[in-house]
Amino acid sequence: MMRLILAQGMLGLNNGVFYAMLSLGLAVIFGMLNVINFAHGALYMLGAFVALLLYSYLGTWIGIDALHIGFWPALVISPIVVGLLGIVIERTMLRRLYSLDHIYGLLLTFGIALVLQGVFSNYFNISGTPYPAMPAALTGIVNLGFMMFPKYRLFVIVFSLIVCFLTWYVIERTRIGAYLRAGTENPELVKAFGINVPLMVTLTFGFGTALAGLAGVLAAPIYSVSPLMGADVIIIVFAVVVIGGMGSIMGAIVTGLALGLIEGITKVFYAPAANTVIFFLMVIVLLVRPAGLFGRQK
Amino acid sequence: MNKILWIVLIVLVLTAPAFLYPVFAMQLMCFALFACAFNLLLGYTGLLSFGHAAFFGGAAYIAGHVIKVWGFPPLVGIVCGALVAAVLGYVIGALAIRRQGIYFAMITLALAQIVYFLGLQLPFTGGENGLQGIPRGNLLGIFDLNQSLTMYYFVAAIFLVGFLIIYRAIHSPFGEVLQAIRENEARALSLGYNVDRFKLMAFVLSAGIAGLAGATKAVVFQFASLTDLHWSTSGAVVLMTLLGGMGTVFGPIVGAVIVIALEYKLAGFGSWVQVIIGLIFIVCVLVFRRGVIGEMARLAKVKTA
Repeated sequence: MMRLILAQGMLGLNNGVFYAMLSLGLAVIFGMLNVINFAHGALYMLGAFVALLLYSYLGTWIGIDALHIGFWPALVISPIVVGLLGIVIERTMLRRLYSLDHIYGLLLTFGIALVLQGVFSNYFNISGTPYPAMPAALTGIVNLGFMMFPKYRLFVIVFSLIVCFLTWYVIERTRIGAYLRAGTENPELVKAFGINVPLMVTLTFGFGTALAGLAGVLAAPIYSVSPLMGADVIIIVFAVVVIGGMGSIMGAIVTGLALGLIEGITKVFYAPAANTVIFFLMVIVLLVRPAGLFGRQK
Repeated sequence: MNKILWIVLIVLVLTAPAFLYPVFAMQLMCFALFACAFNLLLGYTGLLSFGHAAFFGGAAYIAGHVIKVWGFPPLVGIVCGALVAAVLGYVIGALAIRRQGIYFAMITLALAQIVYFLGLQLPFTGGENGLQGIPRGNLLGIFDLNQSLTMYYFVAAIFLVGFLIIYRAIHSPFGEVLQAIRENEARALSLGYNVDRFKLMAFVLSAGIAGLAGATKAVVFQFASLTDLHWSTSGAVVLMTLLGGMGTVFGPIVGAVIVIALEYKLAGFGSWVQVIIGLIFIVCVLVFRRGVIGEMARLAKVKTA
């Protein structure tokens, strides 16, 4: 029994790092832009698809059939592509909405999510395409003592935790982060100090979306690459964000990990509840602590 | 202006079977009523629910079960569906109003997802297949609802009654308070209104009428499906309201007609429908926030001024 719990816990943690990375991106964006990015799930999907396209399709498109850009380059290229798209979205569309009610940002990004999802649904099977380029160094399994765990999944957990930690460190402990936090509190004042706040906002959105793209690449070898993969995960991530509250970067990370873990362990005890347990936890948190575990009550 | 629109609406509803395929016209009315119910919340109370499919689809399943398995007449099934949706609205609303703004939207979306999974997993819902073969039966033992024209006027009556309820709610003192909350929640609170209670009442009313629309849809098409519960349905109703003009009485009807007609025309193009719906969303938010009726009202005002 204990082994089973630990094993499911590890798999849950594996999902948890994705929740953590995605809710981290949402929290970073929300902190700076006051926008909930509904397209976050779609950008995560896009990240996975860019990796798939780089390996399986790009060569054929440009006429060099032998060209397959593998996992490691994709891990760099894909977040850049997604981040650049994010920057374009912010510059051309989101920017016009800052003076309006926040719900318009949500509705706009919902529309973007539909467009992205619809385009990929046209060309790819919605039940998913496997990503064929798992790096050779990460295939196989490792013995964790209590279970045999795929090496790749272990890599994803460690790598994601490092990314989350670095993001936290940059925002909470460096000068750039200090500007960001100050910009969140009082953009006018920070502007008066001669800091280019609009540029900062754009880059923040780009960074947040790049995180989603990165999560997408990491997810590609584990889950099959599907146009719907983002829609499935974004609703869970929203619940994670409601539970954690978006006031704290560390809060978003910890909540994401913890909920992944809980979801995994629920599978051991009552499997049908596994896909709703996070939502029920959200209900409990709303009843007990409406502002969220790490949120500040207004 | 409203008087003219009322007359146009009633004439259109009464004569629609002459120029539209009745099932299509009934679908239009169900979604128009759904959008109007939603507009009560978004347009008049300023609450963006992203989980209204839970009420629409939930009521469809309840009505289907009551009619098909328990053997009650369709009217009873529809009323049961609407009542259950209102109760569900009370539960979801009471939780969601604990947070404001976009959190409200995220909470309603997440709670509706619970309802979606219930629809997928509960024993009586038929899982992936949905609830099929709901008999239309007859109304009060007199009118045979299998006749499509009889069914049409039955649906038309439900639509007009539902719409009238919403119309009255908007133009009552209750509706005035809702609009005060939308404009300035803190001020409404300081004037002594129990803001949370008004929000919850609006939510329950909206959920109940969304349920009425969903239950009616289940009888028209004789099935309830997971699509009715899916977040894309919640998104569609947001779009209908936005496109037609949120906070206008007749806007959601126009929006529903445009969106449903578009889905119908583009049915052969697969997921491009979704792309086009998404693009309309983007255009509406960026440059067309007043919606069709809102823009018309603005033009009319400019002309008379």
